[in-house]
Amino acid sequence: MPSDRLIEVENLKKYYPVTAGLLSRHVADVKAVDGVSFYIIEGETLGLVGESGCGKSTLGRILLRLEEPTAGKVLYKGNDIMTWDKRQLKELRKEVQMIFQDPQSSLDPRMTIGDSIGEALLIHGMKNERERLERVEELLKQVGLEPEHAIRYPHEFSGGQKQRVGIARALAVNPKLIVADEPVSALDVSVQAQILNLIKGLQHELGLAYLFIAHDLSVIGHVSDRIVVMYLGQVVESAYRTELFGHPLHPYTEALLSAIPIPDPHQKRERILLQGEVPSPIDPPPGCRFHTRCPRVMKRCRQEEPKLQQLEGEHSVSCHLYS
Amino acid sequence: MDNTILEIRNLKTYFYTRHGVVKAVDGVSFSLRRGEILCLVGESGCGKTATALSILRLIDSPPGRIIDGEILYHGEDLLHCSDGKLRHIRGNRVAMIFQDPQSSLNPVFTVGDQISEQIKLHLGSRHKQTRERTLHLMEQVGIPRAAERMKDYPHQFSGGMRQRVMIAAALSCDPEILIADEPTTALDTTIKAQILDIFQDLKQKRNMSILFITHDLGTVASIADRIVVMYGGKIAEAGTALDIFDQPQHPYTQGLINCLPDISTRRDRLTPIPGMIPTLIDPPGGCIFNPRCEKRMSICSQENPPQIIISGEHLVACHLYPPSALPQDKTEVIENAK
Repeated sequence: MPSDRLIEVENLKKYYPVTAGLLSRHVADVKAVDGVSFYIIEGETLGLVGESGCGKSTLGRILLRLEEPTAGKVLYKGNDIMTWDKRQLKELRKEVQMIFQDPQSSLDPRMTIGDSIGEALLIHGMKNERERLERVEELLKQVGLEPEHAIRYPHEFSGGQKQRVGIARALAVNPKLIVADEPVSALDVSVQAQILNLIKGLQHELGLAYLFIAHDLSVIGHVSDRIVVMYLGQVVESAYRTELFGHPLHPYTEALLSAIPIPDPHQKRERILLQGEVPSPIDPPPGCRFHTRCPRVMKRCRQEEPKLQQLEGEHSVSCHLYS
Repeated sequence: MDNTILEIRNLKTYFYTRHGVVKAVDGVSFSLRRGEILCLVGESGCGKTATALSILRLIDSPPGRIIDGEILYHGEDLLHCSDGKLRHIRGNRVAMIFQDPQSSLNPVFTVGDQISEQIKLHLGSRHKQTRERTLHLMEQVGIPRAAERMKDYPHQFSGGMRQRVMIAAALSCDPEILIADEPTTALDTTIKAQILDIFQDLKQKRNMSILFITHDLGTVASIADRIVVMYGGKIAEAGTALDIFDQPQHPYTQGLINCLPDISTRRDRLTPIPGMIPTLIDPPGGCIFNPRCEKRMSICSQENPPQIIISGEHLVACHLYPPSALPQDKTEVIENAK
């Protein structure tokens, strides 16, 4: 196994039980994540893209063990974190941090942002208050805020600034990997560009790796080195960015790509309109999960589940068209 | 003469809050023609939603008040017509849909009830006709198995399907004008494409006029006929979609286009607009955009720029384009808002 793999997940599954009746009988499972494998190399950005309910956020949370998987392994630097105890997990969370979609609800309204960032430092053992203050100021500068901002409260900041605070807090413990769950989707377009630049700039500066989760393929395409496309809890395609955008193989990826708005009214492109909507993950369709919406569905797709197969390079696809 | 069915003239909607007066809409003028999709684009707090709500006098008062302007629907001023008349126009002639279909649908009524509510109210149809029409509407917006699904409740629908229900309800009285406030923002990419398609269809098949409000310039490129870009309660630039995308003149419009991630060219850095959206309680003096503008001149912080027509329908409010710098016969100062 190459040693530069920072984190690797193998055949990860997360089922949420659905219960019914007085005795909470277990009647079904929501298969949020159903057999997903991928890895992230140090210093790279892996983009995870898919529509709501495809399991991408659940996956992100499992990487920090904020959520316990039903089955599968998560290897951090080759060690299985599923066997780790509380103390070891605390160490893990020093190296793997998270940025959330809604900066508003992830900051305590009654704490100054200096305290919010400092709390992370305190928990991870920086007891000296002066040192902490210095580090907070340094972090604020790093994310493009002013040291004076440390004494202000979250409500005094705009959405973009709050997201900067969220990033500063994640950076506080010098992580190696940041899981960013839809970090820009709540922001205005002009501010979104600022935050994307900040995220990329920090990567160059600090050598961070990102798992960047988003539903917007144009944002994912901008920040990622490699991209994993998910549909209903499974990986349908993964490839390097240029490969995926240049030669998408899976019909779902093709449809996603064709739905990206092009800011140019001259380009009237043939949109691939997918029929219907995403089926429920409680009772996913048999065979290929995408077959109910696939414009290129074959007989085989309704019966047999395709396997994720590796083609040349690092391009993998799970579709009967290619087997 | 030019098919204008809705004209907004010098609209001013202010909100009187504890902290001061917010000039949410401050002298906005534009018109909507028959059978076109006009997009009102701007970021949060630019006044686009307040403009839309003002059209049907839906601004909550207090704190809001429409203090000036005219909203001419077929020449009749909606700001001064009677409540009865307005009620007839709302929903019937001019319908509106909102960003979050979840909160605009009543959870305790079936979607069929909610779509047909307006039909009963406005057309006074008897039972059988109402049902047929409801079914027809649901099919038109692409809700499968409409006959069964009309008995379902909103929570049994997905986000995209709920938005279709909202559109069906809005279409129920065959309105002339549809005002859609961020109708695709809460939806997934592939569903968004489907909904945009419905709007395109309504324009082409029913010759409907659509006022489409959004913060995302990228979304509208494929459907807009004309675009109005708002910033800080005022119009920064307006023109045809080609004017705006091919020759954006206002530094803000240029900034909005440049900060969109583009998948065809991989630039390492996006070009964001620096700074942040100003609060309208204490807006910057002169041109509201001046603190974030890279082409700022000394006049920008002192005087509000007038709106100038630079060609055809292309209009811009920026000191870079003073009347004197252009040939006299081609320019016209429309309005010199103070």
